[in-house]
Amino acid sequence: MSTPQAAFAADRPRATEPGPALRLSGVGHSHAGGQPALREIGLQVAQGERVAIIGPSGAGKTTLLRLLATSLKPDQGQLELLGQQPWTLSAAARQRLRTRIGLIHQAPPLPPRQRVITAVLAGRLGLWSLPRSLLSLAYPLDRQGAAEALGRLDLADKLYMRCDQLSGGQLQRVGIARMLYQAPELILADEPVSAMDPVLAAYTLGVLNREAQRRNATLLASLHAVELALEHFPRIVGVRDGRILFDKPTAAVGPDELAALYANEQLECEPAPQPALVQPLNIPRC
Amino acid sequence: MLNPTLAQRDPAAASRLLLTLLAVALLWPGLGLSELDLGVLFDGSNADTMGTFLAGFWPPEHGGEFLALLWQATLETLAIATAGMALALAVAIPCALLATRALSISALSRGGRPAWWAQALRWPVRGLLIVLRSIPEIVWALLFVRAVGLGPTAGVLAIAITYAGMLGKVYAEIFESVDPLPARALLGAGASRLQAFFYGVLPQATAEMLSYTVYRWECAIRASVVMGFVGAGGLGQQMDLSMRMFAGGEVASMLLTFLLLVLLADLLSRVLRWRFA
Amino acid sequence: MKVLSRLLIPAALLAAVIAAFAFLQLEASALLSREGLGQMADYASGFLAPDLSPAHLRAIGHGALETLAMSAIGTLLAALLGLLLALPAAGRFGMLLQAASRLLLNALRAIPELVWAALMVLAAGLGPNAGTLALALHTAGVLGRLFAEALENTPPAPGEALRLSGSGRVAAFCYGTLPMLWPQLVAYTLYRWENNIRMASVLGFVGAGGLGQMLYMSLSLFQEAQASTVILAMLLMVLAVDSLSGWARQRWVRG
Repeated sequence: MSTPQAAFAADRPRATEPGPALRLSGVGHSHAGGQPALREIGLQVAQGERVAIIGPSGAGKTTLLRLLATSLKPDQGQLELLGQQPWTLSAAARQRLRTRIGLIHQAPPLPPRQRVITAVLAGRLGLWSLPRSLLSLAYPLDRQGAAEALGRLDLADKLYMRCDQLSGGQLQRVGIARMLYQAPELILADEPVSAMDPVLAAYTLGVLNREAQRRNATLLASLHAVELALEHFPRIVGVRDGRILFDKPTAAVGPDELAALYANEQLECEPAPQPALVQPLNIPRC
Repeated sequence: MLNPTLAQRDPAAASRLLLTLLAVALLWPGLGLSELDLGVLFDGSNADTMGTFLAGFWPPEHGGEFLALLWQATLETLAIATAGMALALAVAIPCALLATRALSISALSRGGRPAWWAQALRWPVRGLLIVLRSIPEIVWALLFVRAVGLGPTAGVLAIAITYAGMLGKVYAEIFESVDPLPARALLGAGASRLQAFFYGVLPQATAEMLSYTVYRWECAIRASVVMGFVGAGGLGQQMDLSMRMFAGGEVASMLLTFLLLVLLADLLSRVLRWRFA
Repeated sequence: MKVLSRLLIPAALLAAVIAAFAFLQLEASALLSREGLGQMADYASGFLAPDLSPAHLRAIGHGALETLAMSAIGTLLAALLGLLLALPAAGRFGMLLQAASRLLLNALRAIPELVWAALMVLAAGLGPNAGTLALALHTAGVLGRLFAEALENTPPAPGEALRLSGSGRVAAFCYGTLPMLWPQLVAYTLYRWENNIRMASVLGFVGAGGLGQMLYMSLSLFQEAQASTVILAMLLMVLAVDSLSGWARQRWVRG
């Protein structure tokens, strides 16, 4: 069962030098308003490593992951992903690099009326030719591949359902299935299990970790639940106020550090989930 | 771990294929019937005729006598739209009152649903409104031009009839969409239907009715220009004449005037609606 | 300010209505006199006995099909052209192209179908081809503007997420943006089709084919019975298209 995915991943162009999967030095980023979100971040992660990013809300976890996904451009510092500096590349080369990076969103931005199978197959659009992409829109071509990715998350029966018929947790798993189907070398996950119950969350994190181990992919996940991070990831990075507070193997993380990380956290709720992608339909009268 | 049958076939494929085939089967003869041919536009002689005509567009005609004529025609267009709307209102409001379920007395004791015979009595009015608005205003205009002669009267009557149908239907719907409890309370307390309307329904419906009416008035201005092409007065009639004489400059001035008029009507309608809302 | 809106605006509206009637010098008395009404009744009575002879019905059937084809093909062409113009008009290819495409859309939209038809009859000759082109041009302007607005209001996140996983622009648009956009596109296109079936049946007045041409001819020849059948056919067709498009809207736009 692992052969098609593994063979597929081996086909891709890989960086020739075996360097780290990602390297950040002195990276800083400011929000549009000018207040700094990340300051002086230095981080190096080797290919195949699995890292959890934890910290209070508003610490900069999402900003960090968006920088790594090349969704944001750093204001200062050096950023190197899979052996390349994305912002020195041409736009076309950057798109090729992006096919090797998979980002799992906290609330996956999936069109509500799109069917699950199409949403999953969209993971490999960067590798498909345009005619193939368009044909697959009318008649899904790789049904087996999509069913397999969904099957690993226990969603195979939702293959032909529409995304707006799924619950928040199921949608998150569809987002993960899209990433599984994309089979990237660098997996970035932003609160990937926030809408799931504890049992399902643990199961899903297990799937993500096994996937990363099986393909020797690098996995970085931001998590709100500290216990899940300690349980599933060998390395923990603690982020607070836009800085890295600690970065060590899980075994070395003590309760004092965790207490310091979450000290005086304002009891604000998690940011409200993004508004649903349902548009009011507007029919003119004239 | 997987159910292989699930990935087998796309359940939507058959209906998608069928729909595509149906669309092609319907549109293919349509292409023939509509005689669509983009090539004609670039055909030598046609392109030449069109070219000389379009070349005449610049400069737009601006002689004093022509401008006076244009001013008259513009005023006439505005007057046709306004007078037509006034007549349409006079027909639409009684029709809407007759057609709406909001003032049903038989509905009082039936949880808001009128009795079947009460509905049946409303149907002739509804049918009349449907017929009035389903025949395009320009067809009415053509009929009235034959009946009362060339000139703005035909345009006014055509707008009055078509827009009475549209306004009547929409008003009836607006009456039904407001909170029915005040009107029902009044009817239940022995008020007449008209009293119930004025005290229970109208206060809630005014804003939306006014907004829709102003918006329709804007549509009526466009319509009155178009109706001129069959001889119902206003800018359209002048435009038709100039086009027949291949007077490009005059057509250009009139198109510009028309654009200005539509723009102003749009602006005024927006101001009025903002004022009423 | 309160006084202004309570008294001044209604007074101005009333004055406008009176001025309009005065300007037109509508001879209500002449129109409503016994003679005028009698003439009207005479004229109207000609329409009460529609001509239902098979030959005429066949001609009407052909005219109705032609009208339907004109409206459907014209609307379809307009939807394609409108979508092509809506992409730059929504600012996807820079400011300059946005301004240019908006200007073009406004120009297409501002000129009424009937004027386009008159122009197209000059450019492409008599017949349904001119009508189809006229409908397509005007409707492209209307739909292009509506599509551009819809495009601007569509959340960009799904398309951006696909771009982030390396997808090309066109594919990201088709997989990320189009699924959210297309119910709105279908709704607008159906609404314009309802409108265009009415327009297609009158474009014939300036020689652009369809039922309108038949009606114009019969009325010019004072054949009220034939004209009455054509009007009935128009009515039926408009009602049929309204219910078909209502069904399609129910099926694809909602739910």
